[in-house]
Amino acid sequence: MKVSKLSKSILTAAIILSVAAMLTGCGGAKEDANTIKIGANLELTGNNASYGSSAKNGIEMAVKEINDKGGLLGKKLEVDVADNRSEATEAANAMQKLLDDKVDLIIGPDTSSGTLACVSTADKEKIPLITPYGTNPDITVDPATKKVRPYVFRTAFIDTFQGKVMANFVTNQLHAKKAAVYIDNSSDYSKGLQKFFVEEFQKSGGTIVASEAYLQKDTDFKAALTKIKAENPDVIFVPGYYQEVGMIIKQAREMGITQPIVGGDGWDSAKLAEIAGAANLENCYFANHYSAKDTSDKVKTFVTNYQKAYNQKADAPAALAYDSVMIVAQAIKDANSFDKDKVQAALEKIKNLEAVTGTISFNEFHDPVKSAVILTFKDGKQAFVTKIAP
Amino acid sequence: MGDNLFLQFVQQLINGISLGSIYALIALGYTMVYGIMKLINFAHGDVYMVGAYVGFFAATTANLPFFPSIILAMLATGLGGVIIERLAYKPLRHHPKIAILTTAIGVSLFLEYTTMLLLTPQPRTFPPLLPNAIYHIGGLIISFQQIVILAVSVILMILLTYVVNHTKMGKAMRAVSYDPDAAQLMGINVDKTISFTFFVGSSLAGAAGVLVGIYYNSIEPLMGIMPGMKAFIAAVLGGIGIIPGAMAGGLILGVVEALISGFISSTFRDAAAFAILIIILLIKPTGLFGKNEHEKV
Repeated sequence: MKVSKLSKSILTAAIILSVAAMLTGCGGAKEDANTIKIGANLELTGNNASYGSSAKNGIEMAVKEINDKGGLLGKKLEVDVADNRSEATEAANAMQKLLDDKVDLIIGPDTSSGTLACVSTADKEKIPLITPYGTNPDITVDPATKKVRPYVFRTAFIDTFQGKVMANFVTNQLHAKKAAVYIDNSSDYSKGLQKFFVEEFQKSGGTIVASEAYLQKDTDFKAALTKIKAENPDVIFVPGYYQEVGMIIKQAREMGITQPIVGGDGWDSAKLAEIAGAANLENCYFANHYSAKDTSDKVKTFVTNYQKAYNQKADAPAALAYDSVMIVAQAIKDANSFDKDKVQAALEKIKNLEAVTGTISFNEFHDPVKSAVILTFKDGKQAFVTKIAP
Repeated sequence: MGDNLFLQFVQQLINGISLGSIYALIALGYTMVYGIMKLINFAHGDVYMVGAYVGFFAATTANLPFFPSIILAMLATGLGGVIIERLAYKPLRHHPKIAILTTAIGVSLFLEYTTMLLLTPQPRTFPPLLPNAIYHIGGLIISFQQIVILAVSVILMILLTYVVNHTKMGKAMRAVSYDPDAAQLMGINVDKTISFTFFVGSSLAGAAGVLVGIYYNSIEPLMGIMPGMKAFIAAVLGGIGIIPGAMAGGLILGVVEALISGFISSTFRDAAAFAILIIILLIKPTGLFGKNEHEKV
């Protein structure tokens, strides 16, 4: 029969392919006694690729600095990078690949959705995972059991704080009474930020006049923006990622929406100005982890070195990834061991670590307690507005 | 407030028509290919993506202005369409329909992931080839680019209808669509006619790709999936195989999406589009413009 012949050949092809995949998969799992392997699960391609490439730079720069000073406890650091293509399912696959490669700890993913897809595996495999940029509260605390996930840490401040900061900023500095929110319905990050922003904004007497949503990879936002415009809000909160936010800002300004548009750290990318157009970014504000314009020595050295190494400006994902390596390095030093459980225990005790993105102490939820900055744009370039302490 | 609501309604109509004319442009190619081969060419949305990339490189690497860029994109995707038909569909022409349909999905994935491999999945920012003037008319906002997209799709639709109904090639297309074997016996070169159809249909998708690239100023390898599906719904809605039907279907779909987003909720937008598909298939499977039996070009 024709059909069975066809299915037989498909089966054969599938077997050959899977065997080949297994062989290549095993090839990477070499153990070297003289190095510590840091697995980096990053958004190297896809919609959030600008985070991943910055994070990769930040990690490599930190690793080089540590290795130049002789490494950690006599061993050199080595980075094993896996691409998660900015998608949650691929993030879980990349995590598996890193585990197969027998890495000692994992940095990343950088997005909340991606990280959430990896956290339970980290706990199950008992491997420390630190996300540089994942800001959703559920990452470190399991929402079902309300228990802290023992092996998961983060370098960024959390969305509860970020949402509050933005709500207070629009109430106090922009004097907004009516706000519209326009969120990315396909992102845990965006939905979380919306929740905390709305709670705080309403607590201080504001009203939400429109609540709209889009999906990742959407390109036409005019229908929802027309609706938002008709409600005449004082401010529009768009807690998305730069790719869609850029298009939203562009289309909003083209439709004559002149009100301030505000968002969170998902905006931090040079791509934002490219997509939105520099002129359209006037009167836009967002919360971020650090400002390259900060005058502290730590930031100045980091920004100069980064510029020298990669010939580009260090953005928040770069700074947070750099800090993530510094945090685990400190933990390994404190533990005086590479044992995963000892490193985990040392991570929990990190206190007053001077880092680029602020002074880091982990609280009982494995979240760093540190300040946020508010940035705006002048001619498409980021400009510092204010710094807000926790 | 009543006035405001009316203004909002008209603005949503404008938003919907500009979105719908993009669906229509892609749907035209879907419908032509279906009309002649009874094949739902799932790779059509990806041909549109390839067109956007050709236009992008014409405009950035070769630094060409609007017209040469779009014409280059149309030629490239047209030729691409002919090659796809020759290599992937022609050998299966006398096989069961399901084989050729599966192949179309294969071609679609092939185009998506080859582009991803060669050009990275990174979204690229399209250069502004057309001026982005914005007109305010009594509280309504229309941009020059929206007008161009609508004009281009209407002109192409009229041109296509003329070609199909009043030229020799059009007659050949209609003949092949009715009965390929009989047409061959009458001395019509069936291969050439099918190639021509693919050339025209794919070049329309290429044009749409460039226009969308300019309009939304961002392109990426998977950009064809959703518009391709929406255009398929538009083609079914208007009556697949019927050229004015594709145009009408595209515009209706765009307007419905805009009105749903604007007056109900933006979260229901895609659900509404697919609900339309299901309702049409249940109530009038031949589409709005379809006759009950001979839904041919």
